[in-house]
Amino acid sequence: MEQQQHETVAEFERVTLRFGDKVALHDISFGLERGETKVVLGAAGAGKSVLLKLTMGLLQADEGRITVLGREITREREEDLYELRRHIGMVFQEGALFDSLTVGENVGYVFERMPAVSAEEAERRVREALRFVDLEQTYDLFPSELSGGMRRRVAIARAVVGQPELMLYDSPTAGLDPITAARIMALVVRQRDARQVSSLLVTHRVQDAVLMARSYYDARHEKLVVVHDGGSLEETPKGWSFARTRFLVLREGETAFHGSLEELCGQSDPYLQKFLV
Amino acid sequence: MGLLGDIAKERVLAVQEFTLLSTRALGNIFRSPHYVTDIVRQMDFIGFGSLPIVVLTGFFTGAVLALQTATTLATFGETSLTGQLVMLSLIRELGPVLTSLMVAGRNSSGIASELGSMVVSEQIDAMRALGTDPSKKLVTPRLVATVVMLPLLTVIADFMGLLGGFATSFFIIRMNPSQYWYSAYHALSFEDLFQGLAKPLVFAFIVALVGCYYGLSTSGGTQGVGRATTQAVVAASVMILICDFFLTKLLLWMFA
Repeated sequence: MEQQQHETVAEFERVTLRFGDKVALHDISFGLERGETKVVLGAAGAGKSVLLKLTMGLLQADEGRITVLGREITREREEDLYELRRHIGMVFQEGALFDSLTVGENVGYVFERMPAVSAEEAERRVREALRFVDLEQTYDLFPSELSGGMRRRVAIARAVVGQPELMLYDSPTAGLDPITAARIMALVVRQRDARQVSSLLVTHRVQDAVLMARSYYDARHEKLVVVHDGGSLEETPKGWSFARTRFLVLREGETAFHGSLEELCGQSDPYLQKFLV
Repeated sequence: MGLLGDIAKERVLAVQEFTLLSTRALGNIFRSPHYVTDIVRQMDFIGFGSLPIVVLTGFFTGAVLALQTATTLATFGETSLTGQLVMLSLIRELGPVLTSLMVAGRNSSGIASELGSMVVSEQIDAMRALGTDPSKKLVTPRLVATVVMLPLLTVIADFMGLLGGFATSFFIIRMNPSQYWYSAYHALSFEDLFQGLAKPLVFAFIVALVGCYYGLSTSGGTQGVGRATTQAVVAASVMILICDFFLTKLLLWMFA
């Protein structure tokens, strides 16, 4: 049981990626354990989104090894990765919904390649995922008919519908108003706590990162509860602790910090301090 | 030398990428899954959607061809051969080339802008992340649809061109209708038909694959989409014209 708790879901070992002469990521190493959330912080162009795409196998590393869900994906062919990707959910920065498909078709897209799932079962699961993001009424609408925040919520529904073991969020609250951003973060925390899904959350909003580290979803009252220092952990979900959320800060493609929120707060590096202001 | 080397490397890389995309798109025809609904939808868009421009282009090309040839033939007192000249020019050359150029203008650009927008809005990455191969879902259906529809559109354009030629001969040159159709019909041989149908079949590959290549290699946001669209039309049109010369040479050699 102890061994299962420390199972590594994703691991980067000395990964380097270049685009021509430009080094996007240099010598990055970290591990993501089952149930853990890794918040990836960094300035624009630091390599945060690239890190997620490498985890998904959408880009191939030039050097180093990447292991995801027990499989080394560094040198795998694109067609061999499709099966693995069904166990990973990814929320893209702008949602990346398919314009020509309805919301229902977008969310149910993953079932197109799963003949074992019947049409009725697929629709039931799509509606359940849309209910999770509180958008079941948009089933027949097209993405162009939705607001920016609603599109992000549909993107979350599309990512969680296949019940993934690993979730990748690429700046899910970027460019949103505070109310919508809080709603999106509540969904992210809820998804983490409901199924103990491991997550890589890329963001440049430190308030999202702190919320992720210090809050849990109270299913009974259907709201986020923030746990303060020294506060009671009795009501928190099973396995929840401050240590389950760790931080990875990138600076121009290199690791500037890797550790817990408390350790991050104790850093004197001006670059890291900027994130905590 | 460094700059020249970079440009040369870029070109070689582009040829390599284009060849890889083409090989994968062709190979997908024999590999499941097959997106039949997407093929039918593309056939409707590329084939039926291009019908108005193909009909108009064909009709007026035939009409102006009759007008020009009749004037020249009149100096030799051979206006009766107008139908034959219109028929041969259309079937062998103008029908396939003009139809392909019109379809390239409409569809290579359409394909490039659609796929380019999908690239910049990360929809292609999302598709890959959801376990779907974009070359199977997006490229192969467009290729199959164009290969099926372009020869059919060419046949329609040829027929409309003949009608246009007839309209000019009858209403302007005041030729006997049966004389026009008789000379046109008797001029036609198997060789002409083969040429007329083999060309659009090859051009269809250019129209679809060039559009897909430029669309999928889009970079640089919305400005990049515009650039990809323009490049696709220019590259497809130039490739059609160059390919037409070598194809004609090859077909003439085959039937020599």
